[in-house]
This record gives sequence, structure tokens and C-alpha cells, in this order.
Amino acid sequence: MGMLVVDNITKKYEGEKYALHQISFSIPSEGIFALIGRNGAGKTTLVRILATQLEATSGRASIDGIDVTSDPEKLRSEIACVPQEARTVGWLTPRQFIVSYLLWRGFRYAEAKRRADEAARTLGIHRYMDSTSRKLSGGTRRKVLVAAAVASGARILFLDEPTTGLDPISRGDLWRTLMYLKKKHFIFLTTHYLEEAEKLADKIGILENGKLMALGTLQDLRDKAKFPYSIKILSKMTVKKPKDGVLVKGIDGNYQIATTEKEAYRISTRLIMDGVRFSMNPMNLDDIFYYIVRKPIEEDEYDQEEKW
Amino acid sequence: MNMTKKRNGSEAKSMFSQMSASILVNAVYAMINYPIVLISTLLAPFSFLIVITFVSHGTLAPIAIGGALIMSMISSGTSLQGDLSHLKNDFKLQDMVVSSPTSSRMYLIGMALSEIVYSAPALLVLAILAGIYISASAIGYAEIILVMAIMFIFSISLGFLLSTFTTDVIQSWAFTGIVSTILSALPPVYYPITYIPLPFRYFAYLSPATYAAEIVQSITGLVQFSSQTLAIDWVVIIAVAVAMAILAIKKSRWREI
Repeated sequence: MGMLVVDNITKKYEGEKYALHQISFSIPSEGIFALIGRNGAGKTTLVRILATQLEATSGRASIDGIDVTSDPEKLRSEIACVPQEARTVGWLTPRQFIVSYLLWRGFRYAEAKRRADEAARTLGIHRYMDSTSRKLSGGTRRKVLVAAAVASGARILFLDEPTTGLDPISRGDLWRTLMYLKKKHFIFLTTHYLEEAEKLADKIGILENGKLMALGTLQDLRDKAKFPYSIKILSKMTVKKPKDGVLVKGIDGNYQIATTEKEAYRISTRLIMDGVRFSMNPMNLDDIFYYIVRKPIEEDEYDQEEKW
Repeated sequence: MNMTKKRNGSEAKSMFSQMSASILVNAVYAMINYPIVLISTLLAPFSFLIVITFVSHGTLAPIAIGGALIMSMISSGTSLQGDLSHLKNDFKLQDMVVSSPTSSRMYLIGMALSEIVYSAPALLVLAILAGIYISASAIGYAEIILVMAIMFIFSISLGFLLSTFTTDVIQSWAFTGIVSTILSALPPVYYPITYIPLPFRYFAYLSPATYAAEIVQSITGLVQFSSQTLAIDWVVIIAVAVAMAILAIKKSRWREI
């Protein structure tokens, strides 16, 4: 079984703070790995380093035993990358775009054409292959980019935020395609749609401020969060700390309580009686993400005398 | 032995594919999908040529044709700079290509050749006009082709170098404007340098296009330069082209840092 090994990768742009700081992890290079994080967390930087587009300041990485830093040429025939904000070239048809990309990869024209048609059928875009790109919907254009990567025959696909900007139907459509592709490919996916990672990924990494905060299956991350239930308080009010649980301030500014099932029942009853708007659910990836990247709560932000 | 031959053959085919990809994307497909591009590229070098020919009542036509040939080579570089920036920054296509078996050398050679293909219709018409209006020996025509090749190397190296500095299309346009002014408006490519008043004439020598133009103008026989001046012209254009090519190669980084 192949492995993706990232060993102490650090990236610091000149005159700026660390984009990545001593990232280390190791995962099997199969299925879908989703890297989640806010904008600027360092997801794209890590993808660009692993896809041999960017040099790391220090550290090493390898995929299936091929060193990313010292042997990029060897790795390049095994990988294909759809960068964040990549667009199909406006004056080309999808067929021309995919064929050209395959020619760049060294395929002969006839073979490139055959592969382009095959990938188009896989991605369900064969009907649009001869329209100019500007006439296609955003979802179809993203599929053209993914089709180019798939047609290359590369086993490892880097897809940097492939569904950003797509409507829910197009997104769902692309998810189904990725689920199909993961049978044959290792897909390294970045996203800030937590639902996407939850639905697609076999393993998930959470990146925050250039640091890897958590890594594992969804269940591993749930276990890391310790508490099985989440209560999100939607009304503006002075919050209290739970007796058994953690008070977290989410990125959206709402307070969230991670707690046990019994406590969740007790607190929710109190909240109903007090007429407070709230939502309660078993910990999903959204809640885990908030829990892991939570901001420290200042002492003056909650009632220190009283607990729920 | 046979295995090595086979591998070399397959590598050569692969390199041909990689070069042809750049030519298809940057020239051929644009012309096929938008025929207006073909008309535009055909007309571009003729604007100055027509003005100079009319204003001079035809006497400067050979010089203007020679100038248009030089300028079409120089504009290849400015176009290359814009095209590389466009594909890299707006479409992120270069990143896709970097994460593939293509080498930076093949990508750039292909892109440079695509500019020639793009200019091919205009070059063909200009070559026919040169054959009609410039009466030169075979060596003279060979010298014109050599000057064009040197200016092509210079301009694509400059274009590539500038493209490495640009992060968006606005910067790219700014570079194109500056380079076009220095390389095409300043030097007397379409007319003799003696037409420029003296204090400004020195500024013209800041551009390598001026030296190239002097060589071509002397071949037309309409302007006379000493052999010493022409020798200096050759040395300058070769030196500038080589220096620019070395700088571009040194600066080229396929993987960003």
C-alpha cells in the first residue's frame, strides 16, 4: 500500500508569516483525503508543494516512495492537479482543452483524443465537448478541468477547492463523480465546505494558521472532540459555562457548547424555558471544526459566577 | 542499442507533442475558433507600413517593409509576455502543466513557436512584399532572416523574463506598454535614423531594434552605413540577444520558491 508522507514541511514566504509550520502526517495514498480549513489556513500552499509547483522552505514529503522535494520530475507522471481558481481557456472547446493538456503530458494526438472522449463520458460532459468554454455552466467547466486530470491516467489527483462557487446541484453532481473516481485514484481534496469533507473523505485533516490541528477519519475527529453533542446558541445573551462540557466561540461569533448527552438534554430544557433560540445536534464536522479551531473565550464574555 | 533508439524516438515524439500543445492552445485553436483573430494578426504589422509608404510617396516602402519584418519579431516577445501571464495568472494553466511531465524548456519553446505561428499569415504577406520591393542578393535576404531570428530570440527572452514578474493582467499590460514604446516607438524601424532630430537620435540607440533596423536598411540600399557601423550593429544585437537569453534561462523557475 502506498503512502503520502509529509515530514516537517514548513513554508515561509519572504517577509510574511509562516504559511505552513512544521506539518507532519502520514496517510495511505488511496481513497479521498480532504484537507479543510478557513481561507488562508495554508491548504493551497500544501497542495502546491505536494503537486511540485512550489518549494517548501524546509521539510520533506513523499508520495508512494517518490520524494516530492528532490525528485519532482519522477512524481509528475504520477500526479495531476486542478489548481484553485483554475479555469478552462475561454477560446478552447473542452475537447481542445483536454487534448492539449494531454499533449503537454506527452501523449500522441490520437491517444489524447481517445482519452479525452473517454474521460468526458466518465464525467458526463461528452455532449458539451465541442462547445466553446464560455458557453458552458460553471459546473461543467469545473468538470472539464477534472476530466483533463482524469484523462491523464495519473493515479494521484490534487483537486484544490474543486466545488467552490458551484450551486448545490452541480456540487452534488461533482461529488458523485469523485466518489466514482476514488475507486481508481487517490484524491487529495481541499475544501472549506465541511459537509463535502464529511460526505466524501475517508480521512480528513484540519488546517488552521498553517498548523495541522487534527487528522483522522470522521470518527477519529468526533472522538477528539470528546463530547458527542453540540448546542449552538443563536440569541445574543450572556452565556454560562456548562457543568460538563466546553464553551466554544465559533468563527461566526455564536457560542457553542460541546457536551454530553445528559447535559445537552438538561441545558436545552433550560434554554427552552428561558426562551433562548438555539440548535442542538450530535457533533458533525462543522461542530468539530469549530471545536478544534475555537477562539479563546475572554473572561468578560461569559457569566463566571453561574453555570448552566 | 535498439532499446536506446526506441526510447530516444519515443522521447522525441513526446517532446513534439508537448511543443505542439502550446502551439495549438496559443495560436491554432484561437485562429480556428475565432477567425477574426486571423484578420487582426494579418493586419497588425501593416498600419505603420502603410502610413510610411503613403507619406513618402512610396520611396520608403522597402525600408518600411524591412521594419515591419523586424517589428513582427519584436511584437512576438511582447505577445509572449502577455500570453504567458494570461495562461499562468488568469487560467492557472501553467500550474496544471508544471504538475505534469512537461519540462519548462518544452513549454517555453512551444509557446515561443506559437507566436511565430500566430504571426505566420502576416509574415507570409510581408515576405512576398519584401521579395517584390526589396532588391537584395541571396546573402542580403539571408542577413534579413538572421536579423529577424536574433530579434526573435531577444524579444521572446525579454517577454519570458517579464512574465515571471507579473502576477496579474494589469501588470502585464503595463509591461507591454513600456516595452512596446521602448522597442517600437523610439527606434527608427520604419524610416531612416537621419529623420530623427539629433538630440533625440541618441535615445533611439537605447533600443536594440535601432541596430537591427540599420542592418536591414543598409541591405535595401536606400541608406548607407559604414562597415564599422554595421559591424557594431551586429555585435550589439547578438550580444543583447545572448545576454537576454542567459538572463531568462537563469531566471526561469518551473517550481516557484
